[in-house]
Amino acid sequence: MSLIFSVSPASDIPIYRQIVQHVQRAMARGHVKPGEQLPAVRSLAEDLVVNPNTVARAYQELIREGLAESRSGIGVFISERRQVFSREEQVRRLGQGIDQLIHEAILLDFSLPEIRAALEKRWKESQLDAVDPENPDRRKK
Amino acid sequence: MSESAVIDIKGLTKYYGHRQIVHDVNLSVPRGCIYGFLGRNGMGKTTTIRIFLGMEEATRGSASVLGEDSATLRPETRARIGYLPEGHHVYGWMTVKECGQFQASYFSSWNQDIFESVLTHFRLTPGMKAGGLSRGQRAGLCLALTLAPEPELLVLDDPALGLDPVARRSLLQSMLYVTRQADRTIFFSSHLLSDVERVADRIAVLDGSVLRADCTVDAFRQGLRHYVLKFRETPPSAPNWPGLLQSFRTDHELAITVANPAADFETRLAGLQPESIEPVEMTLEDAFINYVGERGEKTFFMNGKEAK
Repeated sequence: MSLIFSVSPASDIPIYRQIVQHVQRAMARGHVKPGEQLPAVRSLAEDLVVNPNTVARAYQELIREGLAESRSGIGVFISERRQVFSREEQVRRLGQGIDQLIHEAILLDFSLPEIRAALEKRWKESQLDAVDPENPDRRKK
Repeated sequence: MSESAVIDIKGLTKYYGHRQIVHDVNLSVPRGCIYGFLGRNGMGKTTTIRIFLGMEEATRGSASVLGEDSATLRPETRARIGYLPEGHHVYGWMTVKECGQFQASYFSSWNQDIFESVLTHFRLTPGMKAGGLSRGQRAGLCLALTLAPEPELLVLDDPALGLDPVARRSLLQSMLYVTRQADRTIFFSSHLLSDVERVADRIAVLDGSVLRADCTVDAFRQGLRHYVLKFRETPPSAPNWPGLLQSFRTDHELAITVANPAADFETRLAGLQPESIEPVEMTLEDAFINYVGERGEKTFFMNGKEAK
């Protein structure tokens, strides 16, 4: 699978976190599928021009968050979707994202109905290419 | 720690006349890592490098490299070290090819493939005159000359100085290429914190002749916290908390930078009774500037341990 993107070291987001977020986005959009192998640490590090330990750390994070799994001696693979976070943690994380969205929206003078409409539109768009038709209900194990 | 240490510096102090350049520096660089050596100009980085490479004597303390005392390095040991000094000096009357032949004659091992592939990377051809090269090309040539003997330890003194972004990227790629072999170690000084963040495992910060940090890049970033407190009235001044590096007041805000804050630090902030407390993420560059900017008396990131 291809994970070519550009990291920005001058960001306030650490590089390993940028890699994690990139994989998360690719998964949410359906660009990578469960069972796909992530590139070898060394080769992704050289493609992104970052320290291999940074990539290894990103992979550990993905594994810790249940998004990927390591098969010893072979490599790291995207997991079947399952939830490793407790309901409280899920709610907390969602809340963080929502807070950010709201702050942004208020500064840009959007009303709640407008946000709602925009949210629904984007949600549908992301579902179009994201959902595997054979497995539409991704919440269940 | 010392057993696997490629560079081991103990209590290193250096005076030039009455001027102290390096003060009681302890540093241990493990094998296989990429170490970024940071510090503002004139803080003793080059002097430290020259001492552990045996090119200058320490006033006090000791240094060893590849397990051998730096003051009495044998030529065979020196041959295992690749050193790229500041400024990228070459003999201008030689061609690129001749530079290679000249350098190769001093080393028992010489990998011509590496030499040529680095040249290609920097778009150099053997027939070019060294004197007519651009700064970036000269850096490429020097890097090729330094890498071709396949040194175990690579010491680069401000290698990116004056390079354009493309040449800098090539430099970083070359560094990652070298450490494909797990036993290769790179120690490099730089002012380009984004480059350091990309490739370094650990950083050492030399400031005012004292080593003020020695830790991973992430530990350095995470250990420095920046908060903005908002007040309805004029903010109080920040108490002299341990670890406080900077505080800055405006009409309704108090901005605070703190190193390794205690677990209850946010409670202390709340004790000032602000309307809101907002933690602000810092880039490595922000963290560095905040750290070496003002107060020079404190040292917080020594091998991950909190200093006194």
